[in-house]
Amino acid sequence: MNIHEFQAKALFSQFGVPVPRGKEIKNPKAAAKWAAQLNSPVYVVKAQIHAGGRGKAGGVKITKNQAEVPGLAQELIGKKLVTHQTGPKGRKVRRLLIEEGAGIAKELYLSLLVDRDSGWPVFIASTEGGMEIEEVAAHTPEKIIKELIDPAVGFQGYNGRNVAFGIGLNSMEPAVLNPFVQMLGNLYRLFMDKNAAMVEINPLVITTDKKLIALDGKVSFDDNGLFKHADVQAMRDLHEEEPLEIEATANNLNYVKLDGNIGCMVNGAGLAMATMDVIKLAGSEPANFLDVGGGATKETVAAGFRILLKDKNVKGIFINIFGGIVRCERIAHGVIEAAKEVQINVPLVVRLQGTNAEEGRTLLKESGMKLDVANDLWEAAQKIVAMTGKARKKRAAAGEAGH
Amino acid sequence: MSILVNKNTRVVVQGITGKEGSFHATQCKAYGTKVVAGVTPGKAGQEVEGIPVFNTVRDAVKKTACDTSLIFVPPPFAADAILEAADAGIKLIICITEGIPVNDMVRAKRALRGRDTRLIGPNCPGVITADECKIGIMPGFIHKKGRVGVVSRSGTLTYEAVNQLTNLGLGETTCVGIGGDPVNGTNFVDVLALFEKDPETEAIVMIGEIGGDAEEKAADFIKQHVRKPVVSFIAGITAPPGRRMGHAGAIISGGKGTASEKMKTLEAAGVRVCKNPAEIGATVQAALGL
Repeated sequence: MNIHEFQAKALFSQFGVPVPRGKEIKNPKAAAKWAAQLNSPVYVVKAQIHAGGRGKAGGVKITKNQAEVPGLAQELIGKKLVTHQTGPKGRKVRRLLIEEGAGIAKELYLSLLVDRDSGWPVFIASTEGGMEIEEVAAHTPEKIIKELIDPAVGFQGYNGRNVAFGIGLNSMEPAVLNPFVQMLGNLYRLFMDKNAAMVEINPLVITTDKKLIALDGKVSFDDNGLFKHADVQAMRDLHEEEPLEIEATANNLNYVKLDGNIGCMVNGAGLAMATMDVIKLAGSEPANFLDVGGGATKETVAAGFRILLKDKNVKGIFINIFGGIVRCERIAHGVIEAAKEVQINVPLVVRLQGTNAEEGRTLLKESGMKLDVANDLWEAAQKIVAMTGKARKKRAAAGEAGH
Repeated sequence: MSILVNKNTRVVVQGITGKEGSFHATQCKAYGTKVVAGVTPGKAGQEVEGIPVFNTVRDAVKKTACDTSLIFVPPPFAADAILEAADAGIKLIICITEGIPVNDMVRAKRALRGRDTRLIGPNCPGVITADECKIGIMPGFIHKKGRVGVVSRSGTLTYEAVNQLTNLGLGETTCVGIGGDPVNGTNFVDVLALFEKDPETEAIVMIGEIGGDAEEKAADFIKQHVRKPVVSFIAGITAPPGRRMGHAGAIISGGKGTASEKMKTLEAAGVRVCKNPAEIGATVQAALGL
């Protein structure tokens, strides 16, 4: 789960990590009031969306004139920001963070996540603040310092010193050395206490008056750890999520919307990904990832159909089930029952394999439903691609005739 | 021969009185596995399909000499269950539970370091040695004793591959699901090393997916240490970056962990990489010159 910058900074504050004075603002009137209260030489107005690249997209405004703050807020609220992470549709700005500006002497990069290889948390730091860390890693990997933290004992002072001296903080500004080490300890506590998946500060700045401050902040959480933290769950912003994905989660389905036009419904995450891959291999593109889980029932299949059909790009549906513990004839019943509840007006191919697959296929064939039944994965993928291809061509031809 | 488990393995099921635990304990027993004990705190004295239930793993070990644990404990308590098993002297822990917080696994994995205990999973289908012993949730009947070792981060996709191997008459030695979580107990390299040493395993199928660099590490190991033919499929060539694809560990982050990168690295290490998951079985057959 992701949260907004203003929420991340509130968490930082709670754990003793210094941030600029700032506040979440939703309208120009509140902006004017807060700017007066802030009374700072520089004001920063930042659009709050769950995507990076806001600065380049015009989502961050800076002014020295307090009177300009409400106008800048007016300009950003309701605006669609298109960044490299939002896709071409962009994301509507609903909230702002308005904070005091800082005099920047030096920008650093700092993040904390779990290193998958060792299974230990790892700090990643670099002197190249403000740049994307992937860029730094690609071009100047020597400028990146990594420090693994032993989870048995947690963060120790030497971990912080390794990072600090590693990036040459002592020669940059000795006054921030101890605060920096302390900050890393605080971030580690936040990370472990709140079940974070990643904490990133980019840039972390040394100000002209020799203070450390988190100028930006990004925190994401491990979904599996959310049950422990009501306060974190309360920060969820549904506006930032795909509506179909919210509906899927409510039905205990694992769904990710993609841009293709063959909807797929599969049991198991690995097989679901493999099914997307075969659709591509057969010459089309998948419309989604959808894992109905090990215990696919009539209810989950019906919910799956409803979600797939709400995606207007879907021109055909491919159901791929490998019956293990779940028996295929039960899934076939589920498909037949679900189809009675949901109007399916696109080609449908069902591939059943595994436990009682033959029985399941017979049930489907005798149901009188308009669908194709397959037993082989590759054969099924080719079928659905051919069927939707025909549908596309027919529509295109009809479109031309209409002109 | 086989790896990790065989007909002599003595299994304790943690969480045996739950819906999943009792169902799968029964299924494993029916397959021929020696399921000798179950554990649910506070339910000692009960039985599940003739399997005695104990309050603690320590009691179960003392009374039944079980050496392997199968865990169905819910996510908030699963790390605790793993450590309880290790502390009681269990040598092989197979954790099926999906949804364990990553930080819980970080601590549990650290606590297992230096101990003579191997953890498989979590979030995995388990381990099966065909026609001998099934410790997990996989459908037993698709497996047939044979010559191919299978190791995978996925569940149903593994069944897909196994089904192809069985239908082609190749059969399997042992199939190991290492799980779809970012922090797990056993990785590809560990299992590849075991298969390389197992005289019955003639070829290895390795099923990976996007996220992390376990496949890259495996490629490195294969290049240096594995002489048996390895066939691989990597799921997620169509997966977008930055999105978690079902499994907690299946995510391309910072441009790292893409399927195409993994395929390239594996191919460079001499692995036969299938682009089409429907061709895994046929590729193994060709690799064995059959």
